[in-house]
Amino acid sequence: MTSAATDSSTGRLRGRPRPLRLSRWLRFDGWGALVLPLLVFLVLVFGLPLVVMLSRSLTDPSFGLQNYRDIFANAVYPRVLGNTFLIAAIVTVVTLALAYPYAYLMTLVGPVWRMIMLGLVLVPFWTSILVRSFALVLFLRDTGAFNSTLQTLDVIDQPIPLIRTLTGVVFGMVQVALPFAVLPIFATMQGIDRRLLQAAESLGARPAGAFWRIFVPLSAPGVAAAVLLTFVQALGYYITPALLGGPKNTMIGELIVQQVSTVLRFGFAAALATLLLLTTFLLLVVAGRFVDLQKHLMRQT
Amino acid sequence: MTAALETTSTQTSTGAPISINAVSKKYGDNTVLESVDLDIRAGEFLTLLGASGSGKSTLLNIIAGFTRPTAGTVKVDGRDITSLPPHKRGFGMVFQHYALFPHMSVADNVAFPLKRQKVAKAEIQQRVAETLELVELGHLGGRRPSELSGGQQQRVALARAIVFRPRVLLMDEPLGALDKLLREQLQLEIRRLHQEMGITFVFVTHDQDEALTMSDRIALLRNGRIVQLGTPEQLYAEPNCRYSAEFVGASNIFTGTVQGRSFIDDVSGQSYRLGEAADQSGRSLLVRPEHLNIAPADVPVPDTVEQVEAIVEDCIYLGSSRTVQLRTDAGQRLVARTNVPRTPDGVVSGARVHAYWDVRDACVLD
Ligand SMILES: Nc1ncnc2c1ncn2[C@@H]1O[C@H](COP(=O)(O)OP(=O)(O)OP(=O)(O)O)[C@@H](O)[C@H]1O
Ligand SMILES: [Mg+2]
Repeated sequence: MTSAATDSSTGRLRGRPRPLRLSRWLRFDGWGALVLPLLVFLVLVFGLPLVVMLSRSLTDPSFGLQNYRDIFANAVYPRVLGNTFLIAAIVTVVTLALAYPYAYLMTLVGPVWRMIMLGLVLVPFWTSILVRSFALVLFLRDTGAFNSTLQTLDVIDQPIPLIRTLTGVVFGMVQVALPFAVLPIFATMQGIDRRLLQAAESLGARPAGAFWRIFVPLSAPGVAAAVLLTFVQALGYYITPALLGGPKNTMIGELIVQQVSTVLRFGFAAALATLLLLTTFLLLVVAGRFVDLQKHLMRQT
Repeated sequence: MTAALETTSTQTSTGAPISINAVSKKYGDNTVLESVDLDIRAGEFLTLLGASGSGKSTLLNIIAGFTRPTAGTVKVDGRDITSLPPHKRGFGMVFQHYALFPHMSVADNVAFPLKRQKVAKAEIQQRVAETLELVELGHLGGRRPSELSGGQQQRVALARAIVFRPRVLLMDEPLGALDKLLREQLQLEIRRLHQEMGITFVFVTHDQDEALTMSDRIALLRNGRIVQLGTPEQLYAEPNCRYSAEFVGASNIFTGTVQGRSFIDDVSGQSYRLGEAADQSGRSLLVRPEHLNIAPADVPVPDTVEQVEAIVEDCIYLGSSRTVQLRTDAGQRLVARTNVPRTPDGVVSGARVHAYWDVRDACVLD
């Protein structure tokens, strides 16, 4: 019944939207002022730089859409962009495939095991990405623990190339993304009334059928939140693909850093970043049409 | 609506008999059910009545297949189903918490069991509409469960549990979450459904009034055992033990011992004569409130009755009847119920009265 209760709290029934009046938004009481420091901070460190970036992409080196034209003039850049989306998609699918059963198991075990499982997901989360990625490089490289163990055990003759490959990148990125998928899925699953499955069985559904028809659809909002968080994050990854990927798996984040720090084409880098930002926004808007984002992103915290 | 009723009732199958033999359930050392035997007749309305924790839900879940008994068997139509999983039993079930699927519309909820049976689309539509009509929710098929009131939700749950024409319908305190008025209304509707469908209903409640109103027979559970099984009349008029008498209906019980044809009250030492039919053993004497009469202290009472002296503590007017609360000189509290025009003058708070009963109306219990 929990989910029913939350549903009714959105109050869609009572329909009639409140008129949007400016006075409502401008009306500050004493407590409202507390939000000001954060607003100022966000405007200064996020809003302004964003505007600077946008304008730079249109003015540096000269006014116009030249930077954007350049992106699509050379086949390399669209390919990197496509590659970025592809890798992000693969990472999302793999992460989901691991996170869903993991979160499900977390809802089944007792409280002690649940804490342990939560810890296992969160400990890497609290470690710097740089440290983790380096550790993965050491672990996965040809002479690393992974390959040498398999070789010692005679499972393989030649080391499996993991680092500087797509597999390596996916490996590293999934590991980073896992908590962002497990947490929202787990939160949603915990809110599902297990007795609904019993009800389904009493109505003639096999246990597997009850799971598929009742549990899976009810966990969908958590899955949607997880997909979104994982995918959008994966689009912007930089350190992990830089350390674990090869030239063929360059992602847009690496490309932007390269343009800024090596080639010094600030305008072009800004155009790339803007493009990434716009596509991400577009995805959010499209996804937002299907899921109540606010509701499900809020619930996990 | 009448047309819908007719098609539905002509198509329903008859109820199935359920036979529960020596069923026990233990959780570790905790015995929840102890060798329960119960034969539920085909098509009857049987209520499992008992206090919280008496094992009602456990027994119902064993019938439904959600719980495996530690020992004993459950048979339907003579077929042993003890280890049959719930989805193969084909029993309808209604839960206290409704258990509607929140992501489906009302109509889809009701269609769920039919889809599992792979019923043809057109027929599903027709039967869903019919059944929703039957519970008077024909116009709400498109709504989500969260957009319905508690009573409406429980009607949907009811529709969903009967739409596939089960031969047995199990209900675990289905009205427990509803307010009194709605509960009474749904009680009558469920009874009406039972009469129309002719299938076996097993109903769990801890509310004795509900059990009396609805049932063909009541099984009274206490600490995992059935203490009495019988019609509502039998449970009320012929309780077989003090627990039954106290659980079903209001009661006045004197504690004491039987000596010859008399009952000696432990508290007051007073002796009451017993009727011919009274059970000759037992430590309790029961007088129901409607058998306890009251007369002002200065009015003599007839010879054929037994009486105690008491003081009126309170006199509660209930419309057609009046409940009089009394305290005997020995300190015991009694309750009498009289019809309003028959309440004698002088019965007011603080008045001294005789409380008396016909010896044939008192019975001795364990
Ligand atoms: N899964 C379980 N594990 C351990 N003990 C249980 C379990 N389920 C029920 N019990 C115990 O069995 C006893 C009977 O429970 P049951 O739910 O059948 O009672 P009930 O008569 O339905 O009570 P209520 O009116 O409160 O629903 C209780 O003492 C309960 O603590
Ligand atoms: Mg119960």
